[in-house]
Amino acid sequence: MKFVDEFRDADLGQALAAEIVATVEPGRHYKLMEVCGGHTHTIYKYGVDDLLPENVELVHGPGCPVCVIPMGRVDDGIAVAHEDGVIFTVFGDMMRVPGSRGTLLEAKAEGADVRMVYSPLDALRIARENPEREVVFFAVGFETTAPSTALTLMRAKAEGIRNFTCFCNHVTIVPPLRALLESPDLRLDGFIGPGHVSTVVGARPFEFIPADYDKPIVISGFEPLDLLQSVHMILRQLAEGRCEVENQYKRVVPYDGNTQALRVLEEVFELRPHFEWRGLGFISHSGLKLSGAYADYDAELRFTVPGIRVADPKACQCGEVLKGVIRPWECKVFGTACTPERPIGTCMVSSEGACAAYYNFGRFAREREVV
Amino acid sequence: MNTEEHALAMIERVRSKPLRFRDERVTMAHGAGGKATQALVEGLLAPAFGMTELADAGAVENLALTTDSFVVKPIRFPGGSIGELAVNGTVNDLAVSGAQPLALTLSLVLEEGLGADELRAEVEAIARAAAAADVHVVAGDTKVVERGRCDSMYICTTGLGRFDPRAQLSPAALRPGDHILVSGAIGEHGTAIMLARGEFELAAEIQSDTQPLWPAVDALLEAAGASLRCIRDATRGGVASVLNELARASGVAIVVREAAVPVHPAVAGACEILGIDPMYVANEGRLVAFVAPEAADDALAALRAVPGCEGAVEIGEVKTEPPGLVLVETAFGGRRVMDMLVGDPLPRIC
Repeated sequence: MKFVDEFRDADLGQALAAEIVATVEPGRHYKLMEVCGGHTHTIYKYGVDDLLPENVELVHGPGCPVCVIPMGRVDDGIAVAHEDGVIFTVFGDMMRVPGSRGTLLEAKAEGADVRMVYSPLDALRIARENPEREVVFFAVGFETTAPSTALTLMRAKAEGIRNFTCFCNHVTIVPPLRALLESPDLRLDGFIGPGHVSTVVGARPFEFIPADYDKPIVISGFEPLDLLQSVHMILRQLAEGRCEVENQYKRVVPYDGNTQALRVLEEVFELRPHFEWRGLGFISHSGLKLSGAYADYDAELRFTVPGIRVADPKACQCGEVLKGVIRPWECKVFGTACTPERPIGTCMVSSEGACAAYYNFGRFAREREVV
Repeated sequence: MNTEEHALAMIERVRSKPLRFRDERVTMAHGAGGKATQALVEGLLAPAFGMTELADAGAVENLALTTDSFVVKPIRFPGGSIGELAVNGTVNDLAVSGAQPLALTLSLVLEEGLGADELRAEVEAIARAAAAADVHVVAGDTKVVERGRCDSMYICTTGLGRFDPRAQLSPAALRPGDHILVSGAIGEHGTAIMLARGEFELAAEIQSDTQPLWPAVDALLEAAGASLRCIRDATRGGVASVLNELARASGVAIVVREAAVPVHPAVAGACEILGIDPMYVANEGRLVAFVAPEAADDALAALRAVPGCEGAVEIGEVKTEPPGLVLVETAFGGRRVMDMLVGDPLPRIC
């Protein structure tokens, strides 16, 4: 496949791997966090970590938007889905995320009209085609997906579509990173920066990471060669005693982001005072809700949402996994009580969740022999 | 033992236990051909009927018997339709069991209001496909349900075949060293259906691969005889699910070379955009064959000589350790586990 295979070239991968080996200081252990779930997925899908030296460890961060939705919000979504006349639309990954009383997939089997969509515009089309029904879109994601939700709402308003609302769970990337960096049990040497979210926000918002916390960050693309190159760039910063924001994903990420998308976000959303993150707790100014101009399209205002805070399951250590404090297999329930088919924590649900990615792809360490 | 090894050992212990059906309700995942389907079959159906080995077709003396229902949506798609599928799906279950298909029964569930032209087209498709597969439709039934109670039409076919004396196939027969063949490019049927639903606003020239497989099985049996360990058609859950089922059933490891697996560029492109792995996408005319090493070259040559299987290739090998696991050597030079499908192939959202 043109423009894809080039970024998966095994020979170039080996060459980069050799450069990485030449850059690391023997005896030093490096812990790098990839912030984005998409990176976690790539690392396991292609076996990128098999190409890294033993002393370079990748830690999976909080950047899977599905994984950070708390149980209470899932319960709220299910409650709205069960309301009379509602068509509840949602991205596929959200269907299997457990709330305190089941998943949206189970709600569908119980009779709720839950439909999987690939774009918020699909949800709007459903609203247009079903004027007698209330169509709700369960919006999740960082600044990556928020502009498409915003554009959809702008279109709904322009067309005067009244039976469409958004249950907004959009979040922003900088506050959780800051919360993470403030966390005392964190030991990291550098960050692989989120590529997709940076196409919107740019690289500039990450300048606080080297400035305030003395950690290098390299914004990275999602192909295996992108990741290897980003690891190499971070290690080189460390070797040369530099500490700055670098942009490996220049082919897509402008340093100042996508100003048009940012303007759209500004118009349609406003920051919530605080928002709950699974495993990380409440983080100030980390969630988005619809702005006053779009209040008519806010599902939380049109429907009664229970809004009950549900504590994460006791056995679940998603929080520690998201913070990179423990590796997925160090969780007490990993792979036994909590599996992709019966997830307890959200890290096990989405294919981008650190636990699911490790369970599905990474369970076989390279040291174990195949005979 | 370090924590990672400990965790892996725990997982293997959990995985090796028989699956149980513990869900409160049936969800769409139970129909996707992955783990939930397996739990339904192994945990509820097989024990209820005292079935120990789950094969594509059951044996009644020297006859093979199988049954299948077809609920595909939409009923017509590039490269085929529900009628053609209803014949090929069932004769292929017979074929991969090592039985030559002889006869079919046909049961139609029709939705009130279905156009006569649509029905006629499907009946003709069934007749054409049966003639192409060299089987006769010998009995049937029709039912009609109220509008909205079924989606245009559902078809159920039952197939009868005669076991071929050359065949000694079993899902438990895989041995370390066996070679793994696929009969052509994978993922085309599932991708064609997904695109035909028009939900993605994606367009590509992808045709369903639906075709009868007895000629391919016949050629394999002729070339490899008793060296042919097992054959499966890679339908729901795709090639990945077939490999996992057999790795479990035979207690062996399977290693697949990703770069060797044939995928049509349009299928690869559509799957890339949707975040789906073609290894999990359904096929309706592709088989996976496991052959002892000494007969592998002959088997592959014989397979390639069969019309529709020109693209057959070898994709991997059976190993000893770790038993029950399927491993992929990625084209990039890494290695990963390829587990059974969980849920429906859910695309990633960002």
